[in-house]
Amino acid sequence: MREITYKQAIQEALREEMRRDERVFLMGEDIGVYGGAFGVTLGLLEEFGKDRVRDTPISELGIVGAAAGAALLGMRPVVEIMFMDFTTLALDQLANQAAKMRFMFGGKARVPMVLRAPQGAGTGAAAQHSQSLEALFVHFPGLKVAMPSTPADAKGLLKAAIRDDNPVVFIEHKLLYNRKGPVPEGEHVVPLGQADVKRPGRDLTIIAVSAMVPKALAAAETLAGEGIEAEVVDPRSLVPLDEGTILDSVRRTGRALIIHEACRTGGVGAEILARIVEEAFDYLDAPVRRLAGRDLPIPYSKELERQVIPQEEDIVREARRLVRGRADGA
Amino acid sequence: MSLDATDLLTMYRTMLRIRLFEERVDELVLKGQIHGTTHLYIGMEAVAVGVCSALLPQDYITSTHRGHGHCIAKGADLGRMMAELLGRETGYCKGKGGSMHIADLEQGNLGATGIVGSGIPVATGAALAVQMRKESRVVACFFGDGAANSGAFHESLNLAAIWRLPVVFICENNQYAMSGSAREMFPIPKIAERAAAYGIPGVTVDGNEVLAVHAAVVDAVTRARRGDGPTFLICETYRWKGHSRSDANRYRTKEEIAAWQARCPIARLRAHLEGKGILDGQTAAVIERDVEEELAKAIQFAQDSPIPTLEGVEADLYA
Repeated sequence: MREITYKQAIQEALREEMRRDERVFLMGEDIGVYGGAFGVTLGLLEEFGKDRVRDTPISELGIVGAAAGAALLGMRPVVEIMFMDFTTLALDQLANQAAKMRFMFGGKARVPMVLRAPQGAGTGAAAQHSQSLEALFVHFPGLKVAMPSTPADAKGLLKAAIRDDNPVVFIEHKLLYNRKGPVPEGEHVVPLGQADVKRPGRDLTIIAVSAMVPKALAAAETLAGEGIEAEVVDPRSLVPLDEGTILDSVRRTGRALIIHEACRTGGVGAEILARIVEEAFDYLDAPVRRLAGRDLPIPYSKELERQVIPQEEDIVREARRLVRGRADGA
Repeated sequence: MSLDATDLLTMYRTMLRIRLFEERVDELVLKGQIHGTTHLYIGMEAVAVGVCSALLPQDYITSTHRGHGHCIAKGADLGRMMAELLGRETGYCKGKGGSMHIADLEQGNLGATGIVGSGIPVATGAALAVQMRKESRVVACFFGDGAANSGAFHESLNLAAIWRLPVVFICENNQYAMSGSAREMFPIPKIAERAAAYGIPGVTVDGNEVLAVHAAVVDAVTRARRGDGPTFLICETYRWKGHSRSDANRYRTKEEIAAWQARCPIARLRAHLEGKGILDGQTAAVIERDVEEELAKAIQFAQDSPIPTLEGVEADLYA
């Protein structure tokens, strides 16, 4: 299969869905000629024109609210917010309008919109351009939350998100944009709510999301060299969450390590951990562990930035501790 | 859109329906049959009716926490409204929205919102959908003076202006954002001046004069349908009742309230219609009796309707 980058996969999903359905259109800051801050939409203006690739003023609240209003009338807007951090500016429209209209109106409304934004640290952009905010969105019933880790999942999940009749927060990761992977051409849809076992294994289950998945896979390779077979499960969407695949895996391996870049406190790891403890406690051979970002804003200095989020060596160390009871490789 | 005698009588009747609906709601709140909060539209009837009488059935509105008048003026059924306020299964939102969230999508009411200013971006987006589909509909967006100080207002008016969207922004200046007086919360004497910042017309009308509101909205709607973009219309009016049931009216005087009550929009329209020989005391009494009957039926319908259950609630959350 041909290989393309995560960024190209996202653009391919946008392009294919815009060709397939004329109700799909894009709004965002600098998404036209500029191609978006990360170049995801570069070239779409030329094919679809200014009506469907809409450059907006710096008005996050207005853009997201306008998407909700257009979606309410049956359009299928896809909003790009330049950095995930800026979604906090739009939160009222996302959390109080888009997420709630259907329910408040007694199940009559549909709000088929997508909010895409890149999150994550690792680019030296410091505290206001590096946050991971998925836990925030998971806490608003009415939203769906997708979080792809591979180019193929990015394409398939975005196509599913655009076709979904509900507001979907589509979380991209800046460090994944230029990673390549095999991506099916044409129709490739990954339903929301289906986890994927990225690597099978018998000794422990590593549940990782977004940019933590490649790190977990690299760690699993190291661990395999030491005789520890880690299974890596990527939930791919957090709402809906494929609890079954996670629990099945943990029941087989008896050990679970949950990894995310977002701050530990109140992170989705806590929710996944709770579900494992509630539903699979009797199968556990060791306490469930979490590896997460430190409860800090992301610092600027390169070494500090590296230290506050989980790295491959941290995953290896925690996995050893879980399986062997000690962190060193001996 | 010229108004004939039938239109004028319909406007009078609709204003009376709003007034009496709100009076019944006030009573039901006091009796404990309506729980939660309500924000009454009494005194402001000319705005909703003036606006909606200038719209076509296929046009849209967005409403506010003080939205009962908008719903009724856009054609809502009083029984289903009352059922919603009583939290019943037969209500517009199956009892899940209540007073602040009535939506009637079939009639073009895109819904009320309880967060001040938050309907303005939604209305802007609805107008964008209309424009992209090349439909000739317009969106009338209701909000209060308080909302005109929100970021949502500024972002939306700018967006609507640069894209020339078919939306009419209707600011119901009832002089108070809860207790915050418009005199203190705006640094300019006329809110309409803000329109200049977006390069769109800013129009101020007497919001207690239904025909003035109607005429201004006809102009704004014509402009919007022509593709010339939004208008910012300020309707100067007054809410007779407190902000909500918790309001003790500490921030305004009895004299001020009485002065505005002397400018009752319904009495003014009635005097106008009587002067033109369109309405007399006998017809007015018949209309009032009809409305009272309609309301009695609406309340009975609501009280007889089932209390909703949580069965199937997931389908109301996700489509």
